[in-house]
Amino acid sequence: MDDLARRTAERAARDSYGRLLAFLAARTRDVAGAEDALAEAFASALKSWPEQGVPANPDAWLLTVARRRQTDAVRRRQTRMAGEVHIQLMTEELEEAAANPQTIPDRRLALMFACAHPEIEAGMRAPLILQTILGLTAIDIAAAFLIPPATMGQRLVRAKARIRELGVPFAIPEREELAARLDAVLDAIYAAYAKGWTEIGDTAAERLADEAIWLGRLVVSLLPDEPEAKGMLALMLYAEARRGARRDGAGAYVPLERQDIELWDEQQIMAAEALLRQANQAGPTGRYQIEAAIQSAHVARRVTGRPNWDAVVALYDVLLGLTQSPVALLNRAAALAEIEGAEAALTSLDAIAGDRRMADYQPYWAARGHLCARAGRKEEAYEALTLAIGLSIDEAVRHYLIGQRTALQDG
Amino acid sequence: MRYMMIIHHDAEAMAKAPQQELWAEYAAFNQALNKAGEGFSGGLRLSPGKQGTVVRSSGGKTDVLDGPYADTREQLAGYFFIDVPDIEQAVEWANRCPSSKYGAIEIRPIVEQTAS
Repeated sequence: MDDLARRTAERAARDSYGRLLAFLAARTRDVAGAEDALAEAFASALKSWPEQGVPANPDAWLLTVARRRQTDAVRRRQTRMAGEVHIQLMTEELEEAAANPQTIPDRRLALMFACAHPEIEAGMRAPLILQTILGLTAIDIAAAFLIPPATMGQRLVRAKARIRELGVPFAIPEREELAARLDAVLDAIYAAYAKGWTEIGDTAAERLADEAIWLGRLVVSLLPDEPEAKGMLALMLYAEARRGARRDGAGAYVPLERQDIELWDEQQIMAAEALLRQANQAGPTGRYQIEAAIQSAHVARRVTGRPNWDAVVALYDVLLGLTQSPVALLNRAAALAEIEGAEAALTSLDAIAGDRRMADYQPYWAARGHLCARAGRKEEAYEALTLAIGLSIDEAVRHYLIGQRTALQDG
Repeated sequence: MRYMMIIHHDAEAMAKAPQQELWAEYAAFNQALNKAGEGFSGGLRLSPGKQGTVVRSSGGKTDVLDGPYADTREQLAGYFFIDVPDIEQAVEWANRCPSSKYGAIEIRPIVEQTAS
């Protein structure tokens, strides 16, 4: 069985799973119970669909198997809190859905809003969405998020219990609330993507980037009028388009300005540009659209060879106004150095130099090191690069910085 | 939460490690630890387990034996301390430690004494 067939089957299984789980959980607010009801059916789908092909009606297939096994499954796992009434409720839900699988409403968006509800700890929103919408196991999620599997399992159980106990609503928020609540959903999906972006060479993490993009597409398809959703999807696609160019043949880190643009994925860039245009039709409204616009500017500069740092700095100014994020300030400094020089860029960093959070923030020391080197402040550059090396997690980045530090002594 | 980060080295992997590069990376790592603030302390390297001494007392009798304490492939090689809010950041520090490539870093939360 080839890889493509397997992935297509997995996608179909996930698509159905998320829809059915959202449908069941939206009624009962019992995510864990809905998972129990679908668990075995989903597991057999993941096993048999890649071999036998995706059934004509995936939802009906899953529901038939789920119905056959669910009473047993829930009974076996009911140590949690279920009880007979609950089993009955789940059974009725399944019966009803199975009676007419064509008309199961898509409640995945409502489920995502529940997972990213303000009552749910920010760090658990992405893992919850990955588990409920895509059916990823706690073990896989733990591996991608670099957390011990038992800890991740406990946190997921606790978060689901919270949804149920607090009666977190499974609903798409009203207009006045929508923007803020959607931000939380987008942040969770983007956090999953970021995990998959930094961990190069790790297959579990690379898969996570794919899952995040798929979730981004899902949100865009379910909320086609929300520009920020499109902005975030565009941002992920710009980053994804460069994946192949971020390391050279020997696995060494290649910074953006030196990437071989022939290795960029043109199709993904075109898709990102189209999304960004649609999102910006009424003027940019949020951080993801601005960040995507910055990526678009980087692409334009590298493709045309015409410097556009003024535009990049201006976009970072808008982003800083929106987020006050030190990351935005760091990236702005790098762009500013291209226009006003390294000294001016270093001065702009004074605003965060005293921030305690910077003490072990690797990107801060790497940026500082590069700017000091360009400004000819060798000693400071050496110290900053040393800290950046010590704080690096990525082997390729660490080697790149060691190279930069060595160049300092030679130059 | 305070954690003791215990470094276990695989003797075989260590023997093959590019020594100069490894210790240069360690110097940077220790500098980062020292800079990270209160509750952090730079890595301390232990001499090989076979140079250690093992003492045991029971029933008034004391045994003094040659090391290593446990004859395993991976040996206790050093340790450092960190103070971070959660396990995610502890894992991050373990990942930064150059020894993670040549063995394993064991993350152990320190049991805090509560004043009674």
